[in-house]
Amino acid sequence: MLIFTLKRLLSLGLSLIAASVAIFFVVEIIPGDPARLMLGINATQDAVDALRTQMGLDQGLLARYWLWASGLLQGDFGISYTYRVPVSEMVQGRVWVSLPLALYALLLSTAIAFPIGIIAAAKRGSWADWLVMGGTQLGVAIPNFWFAMLMVSILAIKYGLFSAGGFPGWDDPLAALKALTLPAFVLALPQASILARVMRSSLLDTLSEDFMRTARAKGRTARGAMVHHALRNAMIPVLTIIGLQFSFLLAGAIIIEKIFFLPGLGSMIFTAITQRDLIVVESVVMLLVFAVILVTFLVDITYALVDPRLRRRA
Amino acid sequence: MKRAFKMPGFSIGFIMAFTFVAAALVSFFWTPYTVDGVDIVNKLHSPDATNWFGTDHLGRDIFSMIMVGARTSIAVAIVAVGIGVLLGVPLGLAAAARKGSLLDEFIMRGNDLIFAFPALLIAILITAVFGPSAINAIIAIGIFNIPVFARLSRGGALSLWTRDFVLAARVSGKSRIRISFEHILPNITNLLIVQGTIQFSLGILAEAALSYIGLGAQPPIPSWGRMLADSQTMVSFAPHLALFPGLAIVLTVLGLNLMGDALRDLFDPKLRRDRQ
Repeated sequence: MLIFTLKRLLSLGLSLIAASVAIFFVVEIIPGDPARLMLGINATQDAVDALRTQMGLDQGLLARYWLWASGLLQGDFGISYTYRVPVSEMVQGRVWVSLPLALYALLLSTAIAFPIGIIAAAKRGSWADWLVMGGTQLGVAIPNFWFAMLMVSILAIKYGLFSAGGFPGWDDPLAALKALTLPAFVLALPQASILARVMRSSLLDTLSEDFMRTARAKGRTARGAMVHHALRNAMIPVLTIIGLQFSFLLAGAIIIEKIFFLPGLGSMIFTAITQRDLIVVESVVMLLVFAVILVTFLVDITYALVDPRLRRRA
Repeated sequence: MKRAFKMPGFSIGFIMAFTFVAAALVSFFWTPYTVDGVDIVNKLHSPDATNWFGTDHLGRDIFSMIMVGARTSIAVAIVAVGIGVLLGVPLGLAAAARKGSLLDEFIMRGNDLIFAFPALLIAILITAVFGPSAINAIIAIGIFNIPVFARLSRGGALSLWTRDFVLAARVSGKSRIRISFEHILPNITNLLIVQGTIQFSLGILAEAALSYIGLGAQPPIPSWGRMLADSQTMVSFAPHLALFPGLAIVLTVLGLNLMGDALRDLFDPKLRRDRQ
């Protein structure tokens, strides 16, 4: 297990380096001088040069990459070209909207998908199965931003059940959760549909295994065999999908935040794009990629805990 | 093809998706109204006999806009799938032909890297750098399709390389490249068609999302996603603005997914047997 973890850690590190190099160089190929952009067209050349030196822009590409990457490691994300405040400060307030939103959605998606996936598999071919398969087919096809608009106009504006947008902050946790509920639900719906389908097919695979027949032959009830034997074995593909979904949820949150006017990383990225504040775009994208790679790593480790065979194979 | 149409899922899906493909094609010659004419007097009409789907805040006919918008969605998705197939399949075949080599390792790790980026983030990064446009949306969606097809063709090819007919081809002196294209590729086309249908539907969704957030096709090119974005502030008093473009996306995607599922069942005899 230790060797497995170390190997995974090494690949985690390599992925991070590769991702940071990719992001840095994509952003660096843009023409234009950030120092000139910050100071405006009337600034003297001396002032621009001074700022370039201060920002480290007069150094070579590799030196600048090193400066940025080593800064990231120490939690220094650079200074916003537009607002002249450290990006890390700007990120701090917003991470606590985007991250809880994605996690909340992941929780909802799992909470919806597990029961309906299990029911569909257990009652295969029944009307419940058809309903789940039809519903999830629809759930995958509906763009969640459209669904969000419909939900807002029906549940929030017409019936006033949820807030239509905005975020009150975490001082009142209940109000904060309430503000995140509709966005998280909307975000979760397509992922829940995918997860339910995976859960169903994975369970069906497991149910046809010999050990299931043995369990039933030993006198286990259908329910007992399902809970004690099938579920654990069906979990592996389901775990993979849950891990992958986190990245979709984080990225998807960017759009959903826009619809619900949530002050998260998403709205920050959009403002930064329109203002050409590339250091913010660069750092926030890197932060999100880091989160995704970290989750992949954690899923791999969880796998190995659930299935000892994987430890040996690696 | 005949067998495919015998499956109800495929037929229903085909009718749904083909309706919009046909609408896109017809829109090149004919639309009920022109889509670039502003007609403020007739703005925000509810659906009726003259404007079947109503009009928007500039008085444009929604039905005509959906027809023209279908072009954008379908074109972006098709080209994005094309990028994925044209670049991904050769990469996957090459990786399988030289399994375990440096090339294989390099291709697969590169794939992992692209997978680590959520597609939307790639799109945001690209549009932040090059500016929003339909072309950049295609590139952003297409890049994400490359590893999907590379992985699929590598997996499919690897199992074929162990088969006797490939061994026979090797003994007869064919090069690995020739075998890949003459013997392996024809045998993984089914896999590619199924995945292509699914990526096509994902491409439609991605294009809609990108143009919804303003990073896709730019005005005046109509697109379903932007029609939804435009309707957002008016949805409470003019729900038809949001309803029809949304339904267009759902029906196209649903149709393509139904086709994909049916084709997968058709091509995979094991699944078919399970079903019966």
